[in-house]
Amino acid sequence: MHKALVMEADACTGCHQCEMMCSYGKVGAFNISKSVMDITAFDGGALNVPSTCTQCEGAWCMVVCPVQAITVNPATGAKEVSAEVCVGCKVCTIACPFGAINYDPDSGVVTKCDLCGGAPMCVEACPTTALAYMAEDSTGYEKMRRHAVMSAGLPEGTA
Amino acid sequence: MSWTGKILRVDLGAGTCTSEPLNMQWANDYMGQRGLATKYLVEETDPKVDPFSPDNKMIFATGPLTGTIAPTSGRWSVVCKGPLTGAIACSNSGGFFGAELKNAGWDMVIFEGKSASPVYLDITNDKAELKDASDLWGKSVWETETELRERRGDPDVRVASIGLAGENGVLYAAVVNDMDRAAGRSGVGAVMGSKHLKAVVVRGTVGVKVKDPMAMMKTSNAAKEILAENAVTGQGLPTHGTQVLMNVINEVGALPTRNGHDVQFDGAHDISAEAMAEVRESDGQANLVSNHACFGCPISCARRSKIDPTHFTVKDKPKYQIVSGGLEYEAAWALGAANGVNDLDALTYANFVCNEQGLDPISLGATIGAAMDLYKVGAISKEDTGGHALEFGNTEAFVAMVEATARGEGFGKEIGQGSRRLCEKYGHPEFSMTVKSQEFPAYDPRGIQGMGLTYATSNRGACHLRSYTVASEVLGIPEKTDPLVTEGKAGLVKAFQDATAAVDSSGTCVFTTFALSGEDIAPMVDAACEGDWSVERFVEVGERIWNMERQYNIAAGFTGADDTLPERMLKDAAKTGPAEGKVNGLSEMLPEYYQLRGWDDSGVPSAETLARLGL
Repeated sequence: MHKALVMEADACTGCHQCEMMCSYGKVGAFNISKSVMDITAFDGGALNVPSTCTQCEGAWCMVVCPVQAITVNPATGAKEVSAEVCVGCKVCTIACPFGAINYDPDSGVVTKCDLCGGAPMCVEACPTTALAYMAEDSTGYEKMRRHAVMSAGLPEGTA
Repeated sequence: MSWTGKILRVDLGAGTCTSEPLNMQWANDYMGQRGLATKYLVEETDPKVDPFSPDNKMIFATGPLTGTIAPTSGRWSVVCKGPLTGAIACSNSGGFFGAELKNAGWDMVIFEGKSASPVYLDITNDKAELKDASDLWGKSVWETETELRERRGDPDVRVASIGLAGENGVLYAAVVNDMDRAAGRSGVGAVMGSKHLKAVVVRGTVGVKVKDPMAMMKTSNAAKEILAENAVTGQGLPTHGTQVLMNVINEVGALPTRNGHDVQFDGAHDISAEAMAEVRESDGQANLVSNHACFGCPISCARRSKIDPTHFTVKDKPKYQIVSGGLEYEAAWALGAANGVNDLDALTYANFVCNEQGLDPISLGATIGAAMDLYKVGAISKEDTGGHALEFGNTEAFVAMVEATARGEGFGKEIGQGSRRLCEKYGHPEFSMTVKSQEFPAYDPRGIQGMGLTYATSNRGACHLRSYTVASEVLGIPEKTDPLVTEGKAGLVKAFQDATAAVDSSGTCVFTTFALSGEDIAPMVDAACEGDWSVERFVEVGERIWNMERQYNIAAGFTGADDTLPERMLKDAAKTGPAEGKVNGLSEMLPEYYQLRGWDDSGVPSAETLARLGL
C-alpha cells in the first residue's frame, strides 16, 4: 500500500521549514518561491494552511497532459513530471482543481510534489505535527480519534 | 557559500541604488548582521555625527544563516547611530522580511544621505529603485504595508516600514516588518524617518545557497532536536510565549513595578501568559488566539491576540478588533507593571498601537511610568497632561498617553523624547530608569544582580538582550547561579555578551541559546560559510564585535562614568520578595568586569586587547 502526505492546518505555525527543505530538494537552494509545498497565512499567521499535491488516483494533470510527461511512480504512487518530456504547455495547471501543479519559468517545465521518492523532505523538516506521511487508508483515523476525545469531553492528547 | 557577496548601497540624496561586492575580509572577521553592519558603520561614518544628520547611515543587514534551513533563520538587524542614546544602535527583528531580502540576493542594504521628499525602496531580486512615497507619508505601518502589497499585486512581498512615530522623530521609534515584528530599540525608526525613507518592499526568488548542504541539514537537524527537547524552547516558549516569565520574575522579586518603586506587582497574574489564555465572559474567547513562528523557527514564541470587542479601547474601532501581534513579556511588563496597570486588553491595545505606528513598547511604557512618577510628586500636573490624572494604575490616562505619543500630540511629544530627557526637563533626572538614556527592560537589577552589570555595560544602553544572565540566575541555563550575589557575575556577563554578539551576527535568534551553545551554532555557520568556523572563532568574533562597539561609543563621547545605574537601583533597597533589603552591587562587579575584558580602570580597551582582537 502507498503512503499519503497529510497536512493539518491546526498544528502549522507558518515557519516555512517544509518549504525550505522542499525547495532544496527541487532546485538545490533554500528558496521557498521554488517549493511545491505552500503555506497560506490568515490573520497575520494565526492560522496557517499547508497545501500541496495529494496524488489523486485519477489525476487530472496526468489525464490532460498531451505528451504523457506525467507518470505514476509504482513504488510511491506519486504522479511525477518528466522534465525531459514536459513541453511547458500548462494545460495540467488549468486541469488541477487544487492548483498543486505550477509552471516554473526558470526551467520551462511544470513542477509538483513527487513525494521525494518516498521520503518526503518536508515531513522531516516540520517541527510540529502539521505534516505526516502515513498509510493512505488511515489518514482519517487520527482525526476521528481526536474528535472522539473531544466528544467524550476528555482533555486534548488523551490516548 | 551563504553570504550572497553583494550589498546594495542606496544614496537617498542622489536617488541612486548601486550594487557592490561585500568586503569578504570584514565578513570573515565580523560574520554578518550586527557585527558586519557595525564594521561598515564604523568605517564609513564619524562616531560624533548627529544621529539625524544625513551623514549618519542606516544599514539593514542579514547574517550568513538568514534564509537557510538553520532553525530561527529569519533574523535581520538595523544598525545606525541611535538618536535615543547617541551610542551605537543595533536592533534585531524576526518575521519574514530578512529572509526575503537574503532571497533577493543581498547581504545588506546601506542607506546614506537624506531624500528631499518621502520615498520607499522597491526591491525585486537584483532590481532596486527608489519610488515616491509622498502619498504614504502620514500613514501607519499597517496601512503602508497593506498599500504596498496591493500596489505590487503580489501577496508574497515583504515590507519593513515606519509609522507616525518614525516620521515624527519619536526617539524610540521602531522599524516594523510583517505588521508586528520590530527592530524595536534605540530609535532606529526615527533615523529612517529623518532620511525620509518610509518603507522597503522586497521580493526575493533567487534563493540561498550554502557551502556544504549535507552538513547544513545534519547540523540543523541536530539543533532542531535539541530545541524540541529543551523545556524552555520545546515547551515553555511555544505554549506561553515569552510571557511565561511574568509570574516567574514576579515571584523572584525582580519585576520592576511603578517606575522601579517596587520589585513585585500585585497585578502580575492579571497580565500574565496564564491570563492571556483565560476565556472571557463577553465573547467566550481568550485574549490569546494562537502562537506563530517567524521564518524558519521551530520555537514559535510569537503570540496572536484578539482584544475583547466590548473593551473601551476598541469599542467602535473595527480596525483594532482583529487578530494581531499579541503581548510579549517585555511589552506586557513595560506597558503594565511599570505603570501599575493590570488591564490585559488595555495593554494589548497599547501593543497594537506600538506595532501600528512603530514604537518601542519598552521605552514607551517605561517613559509613561517616569511621567507618572513626575505626576506623583507634582512636577507635572493635569495642565501638562491634557487633563489626565496620570496616576500609577490609571488605565484610561495610560491609554491616552499611548495614543498621544503615537500621534505626536500634546504631552505625547514630551513622552516621545524618552524618560531621561523628560525627567531632566521637569527637574527630576533621578526618576529616569535608564542607562545611556535608554530605558530599562523587565528585570530589576536589585533582584537579579547580573542584570545590573548587563544594563550598565550594554553598548546600546540598558538592554536585556546583550547578556541575558536571567537564563543562568533564574532559569539555571547553562548552570544555576544565585541571583542575589554579585560574585562571579562579571565573568558571566562577559561570556553572555560575547556569545550573544556572535549569535546576533549569524542570522539566528538569541532565544535558541536557552538550548543551544556555540558548540551547536558554530557548526551550522561552518556548514554555511567558507572558512573554518570553530567554536573558538565564533566566540572570538563576538568578543571582537563587543570591543568594536565599545570603541565606537568611546569615540562618540562616552566614558566609564556612563557605565552606571540610576540611584534608585544603587541606594533604594527592594521592599519585598527574596531581594528585600538589597540594592544592586554594581561597584562590586564593574572593576572585575573591566579587568576580564582587558580594559583599563576607566573602561577603555587596552592596546593589548585591541591588538589581540585585530582591532
